[in-house]
Amino acid sequence: MSDSQVVVHGAAEGAHHEHLPYQRHHFETYAQQSDATNFAMWLFLLTEVMFFGGLFTAYLIYRNWYYPAFVEASHQLDIFWGTANTAVLITSSFTMAMGVWCAEMKKQGALVLCLVLTFILGLGFLGIKTIEYKEKIEKHHVPGFHYSVQSFVNPSSDPEVHKKNPEDKPLPYDMARHTEIYFFLYFAMTGMHALHMIIGIALLGFMIVRARAGAYTTGHVTYVENFGLYWHFVDIIWIYLFPLLYLISRH
Amino acid sequence: MSTATIVSLPDQSTARIPRMNFMSKEKGLLSWLLTGDHKRIAMLYLVSITFFFFIGGAMAGLIRLELLTPQSDLMATDTYNKVFSMHGIVMIFFFLVPSVPATIGNFLIPIMIGAKDLALPKINLLSWYLYMAAGMLGLYAMATGGVDTGWTFTTPLSTHYLNTNVITTGLAIFIAGFSSIFTGLNFIVTIHKMRCPGMTWFRLPLFVWSNYAASILMVLGTPVLAITLVLVVLERTAGIGVFDPAKGGDPLLFQHLFWFYSHPAVYIMILPGMGVISETVSTFSRKRVFGYTAVAFSSVAIAVFGFFVWAHHMFIMGISNYSMLVFSLLTMLVAVPSAIKIFNWAFTLYKGSITFETPMLYSFGFMGLFTIGGLTGVFLASSGTDIHLTETYFIVAHFHFVMVGGMLMAFLAGVHFWWPKMTGRMYPEKISQLAALVTFIGFNFTFFPQFILGTLGMPRRYATYPPEFQVLNVFSTAGATILGVGYLLPILYLTWSLKYGEIAGDNPWQATGLEWQIQSPPLTENFPAIPIMDHEAYDYEWLEGQKEKVASV
Repeated sequence: MSDSQVVVHGAAEGAHHEHLPYQRHHFETYAQQSDATNFAMWLFLLTEVMFFGGLFTAYLIYRNWYYPAFVEASHQLDIFWGTANTAVLITSSFTMAMGVWCAEMKKQGALVLCLVLTFILGLGFLGIKTIEYKEKIEKHHVPGFHYSVQSFVNPSSDPEVHKKNPEDKPLPYDMARHTEIYFFLYFAMTGMHALHMIIGIALLGFMIVRARAGAYTTGHVTYVENFGLYWHFVDIIWIYLFPLLYLISRH
Repeated sequence: MSTATIVSLPDQSTARIPRMNFMSKEKGLLSWLLTGDHKRIAMLYLVSITFFFFIGGAMAGLIRLELLTPQSDLMATDTYNKVFSMHGIVMIFFFLVPSVPATIGNFLIPIMIGAKDLALPKINLLSWYLYMAAGMLGLYAMATGGVDTGWTFTTPLSTHYLNTNVITTGLAIFIAGFSSIFTGLNFIVTIHKMRCPGMTWFRLPLFVWSNYAASILMVLGTPVLAITLVLVVLERTAGIGVFDPAKGGDPLLFQHLFWFYSHPAVYIMILPGMGVISETVSTFSRKRVFGYTAVAFSSVAIAVFGFFVWAHHMFIMGISNYSMLVFSLLTMLVAVPSAIKIFNWAFTLYKGSITFETPMLYSFGFMGLFTIGGLTGVFLASSGTDIHLTETYFIVAHFHFVMVGGMLMAFLAGVHFWWPKMTGRMYPEKISQLAALVTFIGFNFTFFPQFILGTLGMPRRYATYPPEFQVLNVFSTAGATILGVGYLLPILYLTWSLKYGEIAGDNPWQATGLEWQIQSPPLTENFPAIPIMDHEAYDYEWLEGQKEKVASV
């Protein structure tokens, strides 16, 4: 052919490495494959951090500007349901972590059980979130849709919250209207979080079907492992949201 | 030193297109649409971004035609607003951001590091589909009335005062953003985990380094743009008020979030181009890139500094004097790594045996025009000058020197340089040299007058201007016509060369990169066996040694 062709040495000629059935053709070893996909998942989570970062920045700025409004608006959140949801979510992370362990140990039945539990707990979280959202809608605390500042210019008009936070003073209208920004951030942040939960739950449903067929108990655990990372990440977002939205302004 | 061009090297006359290659392996449209092969996806990208380039180019043509006369006579002022907005959106999000990484990078990065494919082939294909979906949505928005916010979606203009397709276009850019995130993510994982034995970080070709730096920017910056666009869409649909001063929101926050992505985006666009130049300059001066390590690190430095300069877009928007001072200083700092690159390329040329093939001509174009574009950027970094010149044609000229004079030249340099590798055939040398020259002349005619117009005070974004600016505008429009010819030529002769071009052989440039040591077009799996890298990048002595070895066998 061509006389100036340069020969490229072949690596590992003769070195026979085992090709596992689930190893993609372009990887040299299975370790490389699982390494690469894990790394990709971590990078993806990094982009998620940046995605939520925009909202956290907005929260930081507006909380400093409209501090009284943010304090009183956060008193509107139901700390009971918030705590319950945190517990639900942490439990779901536990079942997910157990699921990854089961996949590694090739325990198919236990894996399916763990995934189903995670699935149910995820739905439970969304259910509780719906109860909370419903209350906001009833009180006209949804920004942009007939938003009402009644609870803040006149706290005694909202006896239930006022009883728990008797030190809340009526806010002047100019400050009270900024509670809308708080509720916007509340809905945007928890809404984005819920959207991630919904995506996660959908993936879980898919995984339960596959796990029942035995797809994850053959030693190829990357998929379950990476989904676990995603699920824990969504959990961690909530671990930040809960104190920032519910707890930080309580004494 | 001999002045003969490298093109006529002996192995070309006897070369054949190998029967087995990535294009001949499977036939049919579906084999392309469902492929996982990074080379095929690169080709899909190449065709699609060229399509969008010509749409954006048509918009540019309309803008220049309108500006031929001081009055608004070709189109209504509203239409003009839409045309320049869509020009910016198409060119930035659908051409410049994916240009080099998604086409040339996609094709070459796995080969350059000695891998069979990118780490995540399915994600790679997904990223192309996202790009196409975004592009189609963008075209749909354009066809159903367009958008007139400018590409910056400035609030409250975009949220309160316009009744055009802001939401659809915003959604299109959101999706295009994910396409770009997936490309960047794939590159980072591939470069970390898929290098062949012996391929250490400091043996990577500089093209890989610069794409790595750009990928970091894509991965960290783009999500912020995504959330910003979501907020704009929510503001329009639900009136949530986060950017609305009437409700206590702050439009400046939008600016911060938007430019936190969109300034690094400039480096997403230019860094891969710089990588191309490192390759061509070394190949056509037959010398190792001078200061390899400095060039490699300067890419990373640009990526890092690039994240801390965004507020220089906001000097007239009411940020504090102190942040102006800091951002002004940091912006000037970015000039340092950029200059390191330019100086090192110049030193690479020094005492090299330089030949003037088309990729090299484009590279020279890049170096000259990028230097002008970059240095005018330093003027604009000092806040006083910036306040005087911002919103004038000086800005337009500045970023077109960087983006068109710099990036587009680099893209064309890369396409010509790797065309033989991608297709197995040479482009016609003489006419492409002419095209490079026409592009350079046309470019300068188009954009240099705009520097003068800017200093004279002609504002950007208006369909009309005072009659005393007409002469320079006529120059600019005439230049744009020449530039248009310069861009049409490659389309014609590159298409022609697919069938009639000379057969290139494996290594028509006698370059050292791993991609040149395999057949062209490459096999689907790139290498018959995974190579071992046993020499530094740009080691021409190694290449000579290899040739002797082959000859003596």
